[in-house]
Amino acid sequence: MKKIILAAAAALALSVPAVPSSLWAASEIKIPEEKWSFNGVLGKFDRAQVQRGYQVYKDVCAACHGLQYVAFRNLADLGYNEAQIKTLAAGYEVDDGPNEEGEMFKRKAKASDRLPKPFPNEQAARAANGGAFPPDLSLITKARAGGPDYIFHLMMGYEDPPADVQMMPGLNYNKYFPGHQIAMSKQISDGLVTYADGAPNDAASISKDVSAFLHWAAEPKLEARHSTGLRVLLYTLMFTIVAYLFKRRLWKNIPH
Amino acid sequence: MSTNTSTEKSAIRKAYEWHEARLPLVNWLDHNLGTKYPVPRNLNYWWNFGAIAMFMLGVMIASGVFLAMNYTPHVSLAFDSVERIMRDVNYGWLIRYMHANGASFFFIAIYIHILRGMYYGSYKPPREVLWWMGILIYLVMMATGFLGYVLPWGQMSFWGATVITNLFSAIPWVGESIVTLLWGGFSVDNPTLNRFFALHFLLPFVIVALVFLHIWALHVPGANNPLGIDAAPSDKIPFFPYFVVKDVFGLGVFILIYFAVVFYAPNMLGHPDNYIKANPLVTPAHIVPEWYYLPFYAILRAIPDKLLGVIAMFGSILIMFVLPWLDKHPVRSANFRPVFRVFFAIWVVNAVMLGWCGSQPAEGIALILSRIGAFWYFAHLIIVLPLLSWLETPKPLPVSISQSVLKAAE
Amino acid sequence: MANTAHGHAAAAAGETRRDFLLHTTVAMGVVGTGMMIWPLIHSMNPAADTLSLSTTEFNLSGLTEGQRITIVWRGKPVFVAHRTPKEIEEARAVNIAELRDPQTDESRVQKGKDQFLVIEGACTHLGCIPMGVKTTEPHGDFGGWFCPCHGSHYDTSGRIRKGPAPLNLHVPPYKFTTDTTVLIG
Repeated sequence: MKKIILAAAAALALSVPAVPSSLWAASEIKIPEEKWSFNGVLGKFDRAQVQRGYQVYKDVCAACHGLQYVAFRNLADLGYNEAQIKTLAAGYEVDDGPNEEGEMFKRKAKASDRLPKPFPNEQAARAANGGAFPPDLSLITKARAGGPDYIFHLMMGYEDPPADVQMMPGLNYNKYFPGHQIAMSKQISDGLVTYADGAPNDAASISKDVSAFLHWAAEPKLEARHSTGLRVLLYTLMFTIVAYLFKRRLWKNIPH
Repeated sequence: MSTNTSTEKSAIRKAYEWHEARLPLVNWLDHNLGTKYPVPRNLNYWWNFGAIAMFMLGVMIASGVFLAMNYTPHVSLAFDSVERIMRDVNYGWLIRYMHANGASFFFIAIYIHILRGMYYGSYKPPREVLWWMGILIYLVMMATGFLGYVLPWGQMSFWGATVITNLFSAIPWVGESIVTLLWGGFSVDNPTLNRFFALHFLLPFVIVALVFLHIWALHVPGANNPLGIDAAPSDKIPFFPYFVVKDVFGLGVFILIYFAVVFYAPNMLGHPDNYIKANPLVTPAHIVPEWYYLPFYAILRAIPDKLLGVIAMFGSILIMFVLPWLDKHPVRSANFRPVFRVFFAIWVVNAVMLGWCGSQPAEGIALILSRIGAFWYFAHLIIVLPLLSWLETPKPLPVSISQSVLKAAE
Repeated sequence: MANTAHGHAAAAAGETRRDFLLHTTVAMGVVGTGMMIWPLIHSMNPAADTLSLSTTEFNLSGLTEGQRITIVWRGKPVFVAHRTPKEIEEARAVNIAELRDPQTDESRVQKGKDQFLVIEGACTHLGCIPMGVKTTEPHGDFGGWFCPCHGSHYDTSGRIRKGPAPLNLHVPPYKFTTDTTVLIG
C-alpha cells in the first residue's frame, strides 16, 4: 500500500511539468508547442525578446487592442529604467480631472497610469472595426487554450481558404482560429518592424517576440512564481524526508 | 542555575494548572488528538487523508480571508480586483493560486477519504452518523466551491452560476420563484454576486463546525481499520505521537504535489474562459464545471428530462445517506469481500468515466457512456450492494488485529 | 557485560537519533509554517499600485495671498496656504523655546518660497482634519488651524500651540518642479 501511494505521488509529481497549461487545451485544432525561455522550472522571460515584443505591440497591435491591466510602471519588469518609463509614458495622453473649473482635461501619462485604451468602449471599437471587437490583450495568453503557442501560431496561421470553405464577407481564413474565420486580417509580415538590437525581424520572429511579451503581460509574476516555487518545493521535500525518517524511527518497534 | 530553572518551571506549571482547572483545553486536546486517544495500530496510509483534508480546510480559510481583504464583490469591479490581486498585491498571485488550486486539492483529499471509507466499510454500524456528518461536509463543500468559482466573475463564473441556479427552476410550481430569489433579480447579476460572496465566506465556518461533529462522532466508536474488525484495547496505540507523525509525513507528500501544481501549473485545472470577464450576452461554446463536479454533471445531462435529471444529480449524492442500509453485509473491510471488491473497483472506474463524460460535449459516445455510467452508478448502490449483502461469502476474518499484525510481521 | 553496555550505548545512540529527528521535524515544520504565513501578512501592506500613486502635482498659480486650499495626497488632505506677510511675521516672532514641538518657521517652508506652507491636514492628536482652510471656519487662537475634535490650536506655521496634540502638523516631502508647480511625495 505504502509503495503504491509513493509511486502514485511520484508519478503525479513528475507528470505535472508534462501536462499542458490547461486540461481543456485539447481542442479539435492541434496547436504545435514552441520553445519559450519562460518554460520549465527555472524559466524566465528573455528581456531582449519581451522588449522587442513590446515594440511590436506598441507599433502594431496597440492600434486596435488595449492592454488595460498593464501600467507603464510594470514595464520595469521588461528591463526599462525609471527614466525610460517616464519618457515612454509621456508619449501618451490620458484623461484626468475634473480640475478646479470642473472640466475634464488631458495630461501626459505618468508611470502609475495604465496603458491607454485604443477605443473608449466596446461600441466604439466595433464601429471602427466593421462590427468586430478586438479583445483586450492583457490576459490573452491565459484566456485562450494553448496560451502563447496559440497566439504565435494564430499570427502565422493565415492561409488561403481551402476550396470547400465558404468564407463569410470580411473574415479571413486562419488555420488555428477556432472555426477558422477570423475578423482580424494578417498583421505580421517579414520586416514589419525594425529592431534596435538588430534581432531577426522575419514574420516568425516578430510573432514569437510579441507572443512572449503578451505572456509577460498575462502572467507578470511568472519569474517570482518559478523561483519561489523551487525554493518552496526543495524545502518541503527536505521536510518530508525528515518527517519520514522520524516516522520510521518512531514506529520501529511497533508492529502494525 | 538548575534551581532557578526549576522554580521558573513550577511558576509556569502553576499558571498552566490554574488555567487548566478553569478551562481544560490541553486535557481536551490530549483526549481527542493526543496521547489519550487510542487508535488501531494497523491504519494504513489511506487513513492520512482525513488529516490532510483538515489541513486543506485550514489553507482555504487562511488564504480566503486574505483574498477577501482585496476582493470587491461588484460586477464591474470583481474581475479587476482579482487581477489587482494577481498583479499588485504583495504575494497576491501566490495566495490566489493557492486558493484556486487548494479547492481542487481539498476535493482530491476528500474523494480519497470517502473512497477509503467505502472500501473499508467505515459507514457500517456503529459509524452511520459519522458517515452522515461526512456527507454533510461534502455537500457544504460543493456549495462553497460553486459559490467561490463565481467570485472572479469570468465567463465560466457567470455561466456556471447561471446554469447551476437554473437547476432549481426544474422544481414544479415554485422553481421559477426560487431561482428569482437566488438571483435577487431576473438574471445572475450584482445582487447574486454580492450574496454569493457573503455565503462563500460563511460556509467554510459551517464546515468547521461539521468537522467538529464528524470528529466527535468518530471518537464515540473509535476509528475503523483496514481489517474492519473491532479493535481491542491492546490493538491500539496513542494518536500522539504515532499517528500525528505519520500524518505529518503523509501531509508532506501531499503538499509537495499541491505546491508543484500551484507553482508550476497553476492554471492546469482551470478553464481559459474564466480569464475573460463575464459577458451576460455571450455564452461560451462549451460550458464545463470544475473537475470535481464532472461526474454529477454527467448524470444531470444523461437524463433527457429536466426535472428527472436534476433529481438524479442530487439523488446521486443524497443516496449516500442510506448507504449503511443498502450494504448490510456484516463484514466491513473489502479485503475480506472478494466480490464486493471487484464491484467497488468497477464503481470507481465508472465514476471516473462519468467525470470524463461530464467534460465532453453532451453528444455521441460521451452521451451514451454517461447514460450507461449513470445507470451503473445507481444500480451498484441500489441493486448490487443489497444483493451482495445477502449472497456474498466473506473470507475468514482474523481473530484480532494483533494476531493479524504479528502474523504479517513474521 | 560488554554486551549489555553495548546495548545501552546503542539505545542511547538510538534515543539521540530519535531526538534529533524530532527536533528537526518540529523546527522545519515551524519555520515552514512561518514562511507560509509571511506572504499572507505581507499581502496586507500597500500594494504596488497603491505605492505608485504616492505623488501628487499641484499648480499654485491660482492661489492668491491669504488663501488656503486642501488638496489630496495618498487619499489624505494636504493644506496649502499662501500666507500673508503678517502671517509669516507672526509665525517667526514666536520664541521657539516656548513651543511644545520646537521648530522654526523657516525649517517648515522652502527657502525663497516662504509664503507657501504645505502641511498634512491631519491633527497629530488623533487624526481629525483641523478647521481653518476656509475664511469662515475657526482658525484657533493663533490664526492658523483649529481641530474641533479635541481643541488643538495650530499657528500660521501649523505648529501646535494649545490643546492635546503633541506635535506640529507634519510637513510632507515636496519640491517645486517649476516656479508655480509643487510635487508632493
